Amino acid sequence: MTMQFNDETFRGDYTYHNSPEAIRRFPFPFDQDTYMYSVNIEQHPGGPKGTPFEKMFDVDEHYVAEMKDREITLAEDPLRCQSLPHMELAGWDLLELIMVSKARDYPDLFTLHRDGNDWHWINKPLGIEKKFTFLDATTLPCGPMEYITRQTQGDFALLHERDNNLWMDAGMITSQADWSLDFDVGMNFFEWHAPVPKARKMGVFDKALKFLLAVGQGQHYRRLNWTMTVNPRLDTSPENYHKWGPEKRTITPENVGQKQFLRVELQTFFRLPRSNALAFPIRCYLMNLEDIATKPKWGRRLHRVLRDIDPDLAEYKGFAVNQKTIVDYLSQFDDGAPTSPGIFPD
Amino acid sequence: MPKTEFSPSIDSRPTYSGLVSQGAAPAIMVADEAGAQALTDLAASDASVMDHAHVVLVGCGAAALGDVKPVALHEAPDFDAATPLVTQLLNTARMGTQIYLAGSEGLIGHVSALAFAAGMPVDEIQMEHRGSIARRMQCVHCKGITEDVTTDPFTCAHCGLTLFVRDHFSRRLGVFQGVCVDAETPGVVPETVEIQA
Repeated sequence: MTMQFNDETFRGDYTYHNSPEAIRRFPFPFDQDTYMYSVNIEQHPGGPKGTPFEKMFDVDEHYVAEMKDREITLAEDPLRCQSLPHMELAGWDLLELIMVSKARDYPDLFTLHRDGNDWHWINKPLGIEKKFTFLDATTLPCGPMEYITRQTQGDFALLHERDNNLWMDAGMITSQADWSLDFDVGMNFFEWHAPVPKARKMGVFDKALKFLLAVGQGQHYRRLNWTMTVNPRLDTSPENYHKWGPEKRTITPENVGQKQFLRVELQTFFRLPRSNALAFPIRCYLMNLEDIATKPKWGRRLHRVLRDIDPDLAEYKGFAVNQKTIVDYLSQFDDGAPTSPGIFPD
Repeated sequence: MPKTEFSPSIDSRPTYSGLVSQGAAPAIMVADEAGAQALTDLAASDASVMDHAHVVLVGCGAAALGDVKPVALHEAPDFDAATPLVTQLLNTARMGTQIYLAGSEGLIGHVSALAFAAGMPVDEIQMEHRGSIARRMQCVHCKGITEDVTTDPFTCAHCGLTLFVRDHFSRRLGVFQGVCVDAETPGVVPETVEIQA
């Protein structure tokens, strides 16, 4: 195998780290020096070679460790993975999409042999080899959505379309930015987004829903979203808020560069062929301020964005209590020079 | 007691537009003592609505319905006792059966969740809020449900954490969400206030 996978943790001793290559390819989410909500959607996949936009489902050095962390979270709380009864077919659609894409994009890591409905899947990084019958759930150890998302980085929501709306009727959610699948499963697009401030009045959700409903077979799109997380923790769930909440108050001027992470979500959308459901993978990338600032353009820009952000958004994204410490730290990297357009480092 | 008017809130917070007769269709009606008045008002607007109605009264007696005479009238001391009967009525309901729910948010949340689980379409469920504005709250941490919550914050009846009251509501579970209020600063709890409509 050509890719090296990190031995690292996302809890406890937090040994998560990014290599120079991971820093270089980090999906920095700001294409200008200010931020406000937008429906920033573009086609997926597609992007410069080596970026996380190049392949359908990006696999990187954190793959094996992220899957171990998911296993721990699911063992503690099986309700993080739920699928309402009518969603099994969408689960098979997702399994097919991921297996076919990964075997094509990473032939040295994944192999898929298909003979009719007799499938043979080999996942080398996780040491899995499985023969099963496509569309027959009794031939897998668990449902198809759970099976494939235990082997794929990122959270996954499967959205059922009816009544001109999208309903979150299944999901694998173990690295969420503070929302509960168990509470939200079964909600429609406006209901599960209800707690997001300002955006409804700005028309963002109406536009986004209209766009998503129009996504057709074979069309794939992406957008970036972001928040801030103290420590490289994937499981920032509301369920465990009373456990990770105290960590948010441990930021000091001395440790902020190492402990404060920018959390970027690469969100993609795929229309699924049999179920007509939408797959909505939410892939999480974490990088601390110290590593971000190694790219001068990113250090300058992040300082300006976080300094000038709408106070409601700082509150919603959960970093208002640490905003001053963060901005003071980042100011050392901002010499006032102009920044180039786009998200990539110079 | 008249129908409750709630202040505008987020999209997931349910609104209760009030009971309107759908005529002499098969019907399942569930109400508590305050909600029973909404059923008598409904019958006064159209007596035929009771012709094929099963009424389940929770925590009150038949007297609450006055001289309204549905096809069948059942009394249950509380939600738990009412659940098997309501579930049976829902599971055996014919296509086109109308659901009328009236009373507290706890009663409406509890029974509407049973109705959705039984596959009832949302436009065949009517709801009218009457009486107490106490909420049925689920602790997001331990998943325990605390009934009749009237203050914010409140103490989870199951795990004991101090929770703040969100307007975020799950129709599937029939509950509002309660989240630990002092998660980041244990012991620092804001002043308790009464929940407002």
